[in-house]
Amino acid sequence: MLAILDYGVGNLRSLRNALDYVGVEVEVVSDPARLEEASHVILPGVGAFGKAMANLRARGWVEPLVRHVSAGKPLLGICLGMQMLASKSFEFGEHEGLGFVPGKVVPFEASDEYPVPHVGWNNVTFEKKHPALAAVKRPVDYYFVHSFHFVADVQADVIATSEYGVRFASIVGRGNVIGCQFHPEKSQAGGLAILESFAAWDGKSS
Amino acid sequence: MLKKRVIPVLLLRGKRCVKGKRFENFRDTGDPVMATRVYNAQAADELVFLDIDATNEGRPPSLDILEKVSEEAFMPFTFGGGIRTIEDVRRALAAGADKVAITTAAVLDPELVAGVASTFGSQCVVAGIDVREEGGSYAVYTHSGRRRADIGLVDLVRRLDAAGAGEIFVNSIDRDGMMQGFDLELVKTVAGVTKKPVIVCGGAGNYGHLVEAFRAGAHAVACASLFHFGDNNPPRVRAALKNAGFPVKDI
Repeated sequence: MLAILDYGVGNLRSLRNALDYVGVEVEVVSDPARLEEASHVILPGVGAFGKAMANLRARGWVEPLVRHVSAGKPLLGICLGMQMLASKSFEFGEHEGLGFVPGKVVPFEASDEYPVPHVGWNNVTFEKKHPALAAVKRPVDYYFVHSFHFVADVQADVIATSEYGVRFASIVGRGNVIGCQFHPEKSQAGGLAILESFAAWDGKSS
Repeated sequence: MLKKRVIPVLLLRGKRCVKGKRFENFRDTGDPVMATRVYNAQAADELVFLDIDATNEGRPPSLDILEKVSEEAFMPFTFGGGIRTIEDVRRALAAGADKVAITTAAVLDPELVAGVASTFGSQCVVAGIDVREEGGSYAVYTHSGRRRADIGLVDLVRRLDAAGAGEIFVNSIDRDGMMQGFDLELVKTVAGVTKKPVIVCGGAGNYGHLVEAFRAGAHAVACASLFHFGDNNPPRVRAALKNAGFPVKDI
């Protein structure tokens, strides 16, 4: 079973609908004790980093997530869920993240040419192959909406990059953990292909 | 590189889509679920649904259509009309919206946009502004164009920007449904006072109008009549914009 982690923020319906559509057995799980039943976990997220991490901690998700990752099972973070994989974020103060992918989350600099948030369809360039994306033959454009971006400490953890005034990590991955800054569930056929590919991944990094 | 967005707008009246001119004389334009299926097949960039009677009828937006379309269309949805409280936003997001458009309440309740942004994030707040040109300047209207607001356009844009709106959706009532082109001065005025993405709506009648709006500084364009009443669709729009030298979505 693929578990969508429900910790009280955002629109989980779209993600659930998208996974239903590609034929994955999926459950929205709001009880952390049930996480161990999951073969795959998706950590979604919108909104502010500090608030989301506080929610995750208050509802007792951190330890089950660490156990899931330690067991070598696949984890996908989406948007803010990807940013929470980092060690820390500088959104409205400094906040500690889950630390599954060493790195930090920093703001975009707004300008006339690059308004913030970065919202819309942007292309991604794969920096390397990743087994979670084995079924994705050709990257297309994906839907982004965010004001902060991930800076990985280890270059090898950057799977794909995109450009918005700066070149930033749009997919990161380390071991059995992967995260994408864009919303695959909102990115039409190209996004559905990513979800389908993740659901088929065994969590091995090569 | 970020692509230029072209966003079909679906105005909802009851269970049907409608489209008028200058916020009046509405014509039926079909079933919203069917329309969404077609836009999904054509890979439209996003969809905006506005329940145009909700505010004037004093009720929250009707969300059953949103629930239906979110099951089969995997693109970003903005939903608006009648949103007055954080709880209204929570319900809209739970029904499948990614963003909410707040127009009348953004004027009447200055705290709402900030409250929604801090609860759900700026990315889900699209601040709507309806304007009419009056005596050489822009007057802001609420209640689907029925009531004139006390605040000026520039002051309102600055206030919504500071409150944490993620995008500014500005709609010219004078141009609405006329298909004679966007109000480019309006685009320049709004884009000149905010570094948030600006979506312009009202007046698109052909692809040249979209090009003009992007050149004037719009980050996205929204259109209804263009798609409802012409032989136009998102793939044709993408082809036309590509020919004009703009980056468009690769699908």
